[in-house]
Amino acid sequence: MKENQVGVQTADTQTAAKKVNTLVQITDRLYELFDNIKIRFSVLAVALAVLLYLPMRSSMYFMEVMTNVWFYVVMCLGLNIIVGFAGLLSLGYAAFFAVGAYTTGILILKYGMSFWLTLPISALMAVLAGLAIGTPTLKLRSDYLAIVTLGFGEMTRLAARNMAITGRATGLVGISRPYFFGLHLYKINHYYYAFLALAILSIFVSYRLMDSRLGRAWKCIREDEDAAEAMGINVVAIRLYAFVLGSVFGALAGSFMAVKMTAISPDSFLFTQSVNILLAVVLGGMGKIPGVILGAFVMVIFPEVFRGIGQYRMLIFGLVLLILMIYRPQGLWPDRSGTISSKVKDKTCKDEVI
Amino acid sequence: MFLLDIKDLTLRFGGIVPVNKVSFGIEEGSIESLIGPNGAGKTSLFNCLTGFYKAQEGDILFQGQSVMKLKPHKITELGMARTFQNLRLFKNLTVMENIMSGMHCRASAGLAGAVFRPPSQRAEEKRIKEVAIECMDFVGILDKKNMIAKNLPYGDQRRVEWARALATQPKLLLLDEPAAGLNYDEKMQLVELIKRIRDELKITVFLIEHDMGLVMKVSEKIFVIDYGMKIAEGTAQEVQNNPRVIEAYLGKEEDKAV
Amino acid sequence: MSFQEIFIQQVVNGLLLGSFYGLVALGYSMVYGIVKLLNFAHADVYMVGGFCSLTLLTLFKDTFLGNSWTGIVVSMLITMVIVGLLGVVIERIAYKPLREAPRLSLLITALGVSMILYNSVMVVTGGEYRAYKTGLGFQGISIGSVFVTHTQIILTVAAVALMLVLHLFITKTMYGKAMRAISMDLDCCRLMGVNCNKIIALTFFVGTALAASAGTMAGVYYGSLHFFMGFVIGIKAFTAAVIGGIGIIPGAMLGGLLLGLLESFGTQIPFIGSEWKDVFSFSILIIILIFKPTGLLGKKESERM
Repeated sequence: MKENQVGVQTADTQTAAKKVNTLVQITDRLYELFDNIKIRFSVLAVALAVLLYLPMRSSMYFMEVMTNVWFYVVMCLGLNIIVGFAGLLSLGYAAFFAVGAYTTGILILKYGMSFWLTLPISALMAVLAGLAIGTPTLKLRSDYLAIVTLGFGEMTRLAARNMAITGRATGLVGISRPYFFGLHLYKINHYYYAFLALAILSIFVSYRLMDSRLGRAWKCIREDEDAAEAMGINVVAIRLYAFVLGSVFGALAGSFMAVKMTAISPDSFLFTQSVNILLAVVLGGMGKIPGVILGAFVMVIFPEVFRGIGQYRMLIFGLVLLILMIYRPQGLWPDRSGTISSKVKDKTCKDEVI
Repeated sequence: MFLLDIKDLTLRFGGIVPVNKVSFGIEEGSIESLIGPNGAGKTSLFNCLTGFYKAQEGDILFQGQSVMKLKPHKITELGMARTFQNLRLFKNLTVMENIMSGMHCRASAGLAGAVFRPPSQRAEEKRIKEVAIECMDFVGILDKKNMIAKNLPYGDQRRVEWARALATQPKLLLLDEPAAGLNYDEKMQLVELIKRIRDELKITVFLIEHDMGLVMKVSEKIFVIDYGMKIAEGTAQEVQNNPRVIEAYLGKEEDKAV
Repeated sequence: MSFQEIFIQQVVNGLLLGSFYGLVALGYSMVYGIVKLLNFAHADVYMVGGFCSLTLLTLFKDTFLGNSWTGIVVSMLITMVIVGLLGVVIERIAYKPLREAPRLSLLITALGVSMILYNSVMVVTGGEYRAYKTGLGFQGISIGSVFVTHTQIILTVAAVALMLVLHLFITKTMYGKAMRAISMDLDCCRLMGVNCNKIIALTFFVGTALAASAGTMAGVYYGSLHFFMGFVIGIKAFTAAVIGGIGIIPGAMLGGLLLGLLESFGTQIPFIGSEWKDVFSFSILIIILIFKPTGLLGKKESERM
């Protein structure tokens, strides 16, 4: 009996490893550099310093755009938990944003509540909304979820349009702006910082989630639900977790948006809004946090730069979505060449085995 | 008492009865096999045991507890792990991540644990990694731990599946055709591995297999089913000489000409 | 109006509405059955069908085909062919390259196609409503105070006739048999020598053509078109397909009619009213998904491990 034949495949694997192209090598080098804790901290510190300093030097318009970017980052990271981590397509994400915005708006306007107190309630409402939409579809194939979320998004908007408490078609106007330890938040720069803080928090939480028991379970479900179930993962509960968490991100972003804009109307939560957020996530790279951030940047800045495209915008987005899925389904952000750490790279086997 | 006791188990899909009043028990600490011709209902039976199919009649007792109504993840948590006939790895995850998934049901960190990382969570993560490494080492794929599962050769993918099942720290391991697609050497290694799983890890093994050579080599007891019904059980010798088994596999005399 | 009359009036309305839903639902169901894809673009194809037939009708206006049912029928048939081919093109460009890709990618692609379709129409029409002038009057039959226009009757009959033709096509022809076979096992059909790509293309053609016919009928019935008109009917047709059991052809028809009836009765319930109509049918979807996710005619799915 021959034993220990494990090493047999090393010969052909080494030749395969040489095929790795230069672009992948460059990104891998960057990834490696970034793995070094000192380099990572200095890069992040510089980036943070720049971001904090930005409002001192920039125009109102630029700050408005940047605030929007952070707002998008939060929403996209939220949706990324659902779509990227857990692999569930949600097409009504704007609904969660609406839940947050309306909760805060109503509580401030009708009950005179402090903005900060509305946040936990807004999060709670998002949890309830996430459960309401997630529960009926949990045991079904995930594509049902796509259309149910699509319907849910539309119904939330219709409900907001038709209910007295949400101000019907006009929406809510005159939501008062909050104080932060005595500081009245009314300038765009204040909101820039608020959304930046929210974005950093979201990034932090996303990273922590990704590298956790919960995050791994999501990835497993995304890959193969039956196998995940066989590994003792409660697929239903873990899916619901993703849904609820993602909706909380959206609702918090919505709450902040409500006080920034001081007015909200049902038309802020159109289907196109949900699609834009999804596109940002797909564009950057589903499940990859830096990719999602990049996607949010592109989605906000692109229409600002190309103002002339006007009504062609969504048409172009549709085309981008199509082309991406066919030619680069992993999104703009490069993959780590198979997440192989440098030490074992020489053993790479690129051959696809059935 | 049997570790796993199956009593008059019946599974129906409309008019088809893939599992028909099957009863048998699996002794703790043994290696036993289930054989039968293609379409005899072996995998259906497996799926009933692990909760993927819900049998209509009968009972399945695991350590004296009925698991008939339980969901698959609960059954895994109780200590019954399985592999799949057609590989069902998490293809785009690393080998390490694949194996770590097995520890999911042996850990408890939730949202708070993930975000705040208290010492208890850190300790748990460390333990998960240790167990995963042990499991990979045990089946001999430790050197491939950072590779993406789908890039591995077939034989290694099989090993990942075994290691992943072992990582759930089961009392009973159900292997669904573990030797399918393996070459001779790999099969011999599998025989050794199955024996080591039982002897070193003290895990009871129950397998479905087509390769008679392998079955005869490892099993202490063999159950034979055909058309959903159990037709024989016994040692390799007994089963080999059982006329009903021979008939099930080779057909009756008059069919032979075809 | 007496209760009885309201009842009959709602049945009539419901049947017409339901046959539109049924026609669109058929496409969802056929495509889902065969390539397991939830084709988001399907609802937009319905809308494109409406606009296509409107364009043709405008062209016919001064010919002998103008302002007549013949003209509408001719334009509908041409529309069905043109839009059917569009469906084939969509499949070829967007879905075929991704046949082996993960489901999520395919769904996102479908979403992309949907966006391309409705935004193209938006750009062309400037996002305005377009009147669908048929030149037909509002003559009809009245029984008591129940009034049914000729248009309503003809459209309902036409829709039901189309469904029957499809049913015969699926059950009696070789192509239909091939479709049903592919929906069971694509790989096996390939091995058996079925030209799967051709059959899948055909499925898209038929499904899309039916949606286009529904779009034409909706134009005739409502008298106006809008680039976003497919959105809501898409959700509803999907609901109809789910009610009947997705992937099951008669189920889609049944589900469509049922949803149409439920909806027209639903709006009669006090406190619901027509502005809540869409919310109402969406709730039906949720209820069905909770209690009978496989639909009325669906069988339990069993996947091989």
